[in-house]
Amino acid sequence: MYEFVSGPLVWISFIVFIGGSLYRLGSMHKLAKKEKVIYPYMSLKYGLRSIIHWVIPFASTNMRRRPLMTIITFAFHICLVLTPIFLLSHNLLWYQSWKISWWTLPEGTSDIMTVIVILAAIFFLARRLVLPEVRFVTFASDYILLAIALAPFLTGFLAYHQWLPYKTILILHILSGELMLIAIPFTRLSHMLYFVFTRAYMGSEFGAVRNSKDW
Amino acid sequence: MQSMTELESWDWETKERLVADINGWRSKFPVIHECVASNDGEKISAPVRTEDGRFTACVNGESWENTFEKLWSLRFGPDDRLTCLVREDDQWTVAVDDETWGEGFEYAWNIQFTPDGKSIAVNVKGENGYGIALNNRTWENGFAEARDFAISPNGEFTAAGVQTKRLGEGDIFGFAEGIWTVAVNGKPWGKNFLNVWGIAFSSDSSKVAAEVRVGEYEYAIAVNGTPWNKIFKCVWEPIFYPQGDDVLAPVQVDEGWTLAKNGELIWDRKFVQAWHQKFSPDGQRIAAVVAPEFGKWTIAVDGSSWNRTFRDAVLPPVFSPDSKRVAAIVKENNRWTVAVEGSPWVEGFDMIWDPVFSPSGDRVAAKAEKEGKFYIVLDGKIGKQEFEALWSPIFSPDGKKLLVRSIEDGKYYRRVIPVEEI
Amino acid sequence: MAEPAKEIVVDPGLDETIKKLTPKKIEDTINRALTKGAAARLKVYMQTCVHCGLCAEACHFYLSHDKDPRFSPVGKVKQTLWEIIKRKGRVDGEFIKNCSRIAHTECNVCRRCSMYCPFGIDMAYLLLLVRRICALLGVVPQYLQDTVNSHAVTMNQMWVKQDEWIDTLQWQEEDAQDEVKNARIPLDKEGAEIMYSVIGPEPKFLAQLLGNIAIIMTVAGMDWTMPSFDGWDNSNMPMYSGDFETMARVERKHFEAAFKLKAKKIVMGECGHAFRGAVYDGPKWLAWKEPPVPVIHAVQFYYELIRDGKIRIARKFEQPVTIQEPCNIVRGRGLGDMLRYIMRATCEDFRDVSPRYEHNYCCCAGGGVINCGPPWKKSRVEGNKVKAEQLKATGAEVVVTPCHNCHSGIEDIVNYYKLGMHVKFFSEILVDVMEVPEDLKV
Repeated sequence: MYEFVSGPLVWISFIVFIGGSLYRLGSMHKLAKKEKVIYPYMSLKYGLRSIIHWVIPFASTNMRRRPLMTIITFAFHICLVLTPIFLLSHNLLWYQSWKISWWTLPEGTSDIMTVIVILAAIFFLARRLVLPEVRFVTFASDYILLAIALAPFLTGFLAYHQWLPYKTILILHILSGELMLIAIPFTRLSHMLYFVFTRAYMGSEFGAVRNSKDW
Repeated sequence: MQSMTELESWDWETKERLVADINGWRSKFPVIHECVASNDGEKISAPVRTEDGRFTACVNGESWENTFEKLWSLRFGPDDRLTCLVREDDQWTVAVDDETWGEGFEYAWNIQFTPDGKSIAVNVKGENGYGIALNNRTWENGFAEARDFAISPNGEFTAAGVQTKRLGEGDIFGFAEGIWTVAVNGKPWGKNFLNVWGIAFSSDSSKVAAEVRVGEYEYAIAVNGTPWNKIFKCVWEPIFYPQGDDVLAPVQVDEGWTLAKNGELIWDRKFVQAWHQKFSPDGQRIAAVVAPEFGKWTIAVDGSSWNRTFRDAVLPPVFSPDSKRVAAIVKENNRWTVAVEGSPWVEGFDMIWDPVFSPSGDRVAAKAEKEGKFYIVLDGKIGKQEFEALWSPIFSPDGKKLLVRSIEDGKYYRRVIPVEEI
Repeated sequence: MAEPAKEIVVDPGLDETIKKLTPKKIEDTINRALTKGAAARLKVYMQTCVHCGLCAEACHFYLSHDKDPRFSPVGKVKQTLWEIIKRKGRVDGEFIKNCSRIAHTECNVCRRCSMYCPFGIDMAYLLLLVRRICALLGVVPQYLQDTVNSHAVTMNQMWVKQDEWIDTLQWQEEDAQDEVKNARIPLDKEGAEIMYSVIGPEPKFLAQLLGNIAIIMTVAGMDWTMPSFDGWDNSNMPMYSGDFETMARVERKHFEAAFKLKAKKIVMGECGHAFRGAVYDGPKWLAWKEPPVPVIHAVQFYYELIRDGKIRIARKFEQPVTIQEPCNIVRGRGLGDMLRYIMRATCEDFRDVSPRYEHNYCCCAGGGVINCGPPWKKSRVEGNKVKAEQLKATGAEVVVTPCHNCHSGIEDIVNYYKLGMHVKFFSEILVDVMEVPEDLKV
């Protein structure tokens, strides 16, 4: 079991993740060309201007209006992306299989980052349950997506601290990580892929066409 | 448009003539409106206000005998009769060369001529409602409303979009039943539509075509009241083939815009936009303004477009008299110029007027404006002289000279200039 | 959350039209609308939205309804488009009617929410798509549809007949001559620098604004004209009902009028949605990336006249005055600074608002909402309590609204919330305070 999930399944999930993402972006490109009025309005300058204002914490009005949400959202996304990439034990796996390795996070730091992801996910869950404007637009799928994002971190945390049967948790950890990779192109987790494009389009419209700011 | 015989009858010999000193008019009239020049260049006129606050037309310095409460829309018809709209005793009518039509109307507007200028018609609102008056004769039937109109080439018919039933305020259901149609000489078509626009007569004056909206999102062309059996997402103004009763119109299908003859697509290619289709004088070729891609405009001739496209705009195509060449006004980066057979003139202008081909089709001239001054541009080259005001140049029948009508220092000149000397 | 009972509004444009719908017609129409032409943005936006609710506080309807989530931008999309897509178009007439209520009367497509969405999702675009579906099904509030019918017939918004238009210009010209010597409205002047265009309500209800522009243009010595023929109206309600074919026809007429008159630019009166129609939505449908003739909004035009000294200010307007920033020229064109420039140049006591510039609230009349007519007035005015509070906080006695929709919308808000303010167009202030040179004095 372990061999399967840590071997072929990893391959499959990476292939699906990368292939699926390319497919999604490709079909977006094809549709955008067909819609005719998308590309002519795209502006590199204003697209970037908008992206920059939205990847820097507190650079947009709405972020300043909601400091807690802003801090948690940024912390969540940064930790979610960086932790798996720079985690020591992941790096060791890369080294074992491919003889490649790169800089790693100190173990204590990555542990904290994992906790941040877990706490942030709990915060998002609470928002969905408590805030009427969020609850109103929440579907079962939103909880599932949150669970998919949370699962690798929760299981990873448990595995690292070996608080539950290690082998089972480790398999669950790998499976949940693979599930997340596979889910990215095919669920609304694909906001990861589309973010730059939707932002760039709106930034272009606001900047190049309407001579105003979109943050 | 002047016929060749008319053109030949004009004075092509006198090199220069000072026709009128408009500055001098200022002492006679406290207010002078915009000047108009006759086609043959012999006359210059403007609506003027007299000392006693009445309006009249001043022609070459002499004012009409009649004066009016109001006078506007002054222009020389194709046969150079001076025509305008006038109001007296709260009644509007048409005045032609200082003579008014006998009949007065509550309102009259939109003067139109036949190509030979012999027939003149206007939209009118009278006791009977709305209609058209053609050569001083008004439709017997009045309508709740009549908008715009077309005049037949033979000058015997006028056709307008008319509202056949009154509509209560906000009555969207009454509107949806169709209360608009086309009336020809006051006689409405048998069928009503949501809307009618873009009315055109056939060259023998026997048929009328118009854009019609048969359903809220269903468009077609109707000929003498019968819509094409094909419905399109949208259509633009139809024109008749020069010979016969076939009708050509831009139509929108799922893949884009193209041209359709009697409802059948005649061009394979689809465009993001297509309109202002024109026939060549020999009737063999069709040119239209098209956008092959979003935001890129050009001219397509018989379905294939010029390679060069223009970002801002392209105006309706103009064929040479021999039907071989096509020119059009084009605009890019807010500069106007003319493109001939797909090649734009190098020089750009603040404004440019329709290109004029020489009779043999080998030369193209246009009136253009740059920094408030006007110039004749010939084959892309700016003429030597600058003018305060200018009318479009006209080629002599032999194509060797240009009639130049212009104002300099407040003086109106008529000049005949050999093309080499422009 | 307690659901406040929503008053049932009677509108034959919705109530009667849905009776003719069949399930097949609804499904076919929706599927055509969602697959033809709209696919890319719709698909990406649907895949990108994480249902975070961060757009909620951008919306004046939401803020004015005590944060009722049904009025948040994403809430409106959820109740309409998400449901339509989820059910693959298998919805009933009653559902379509609700879609129209939400999309036509409870959203001004003002685009404030796009600035609050972390992904920059264009929710106004999505709600316009809902309007398009409703329009294709013939379900549009009656008054709005009547305006669209007027546009289709007359190319203007108010059923103004061709003779009425010219006649109005002619008597306004005479009226202007009582104020300024030889004031003129030059009709059909070929080759004029400027073609001035207005919206249908000016000749219909507010003809003195045409007299005002004759005075301003004459004093400033402008070379301008107005068309006596169709194409003079720059407004565009079909853009907002969802009848884009009629929208395009109207915009085409507007630009062809400028071509015909050989005008170098179009200057338009104080109207926001007209600017949007002429500069963005109209040209886009017609395949122009930008308007083929430059379109200058009145605010920019007055800014240039005052900046260049073509109009001098004799004495400033004294009452405390504030502004309503029209979304379509401030968020939609960045004219906020020019607007403040002309306000400070003409008014002693200008009180700025908060929030302002791009972040200012919509008047709640724009986007076709006020054109849905009296049945929806209460809902519209109640949907903008925040605007009343915002204006009240300035302590101003006069609100300048350089937009017709804003003007009528703010007037309704002023009356409903008893703010005791006067609403003016900028041109009314300008005519009041500008210097008329000696030789033009009557």
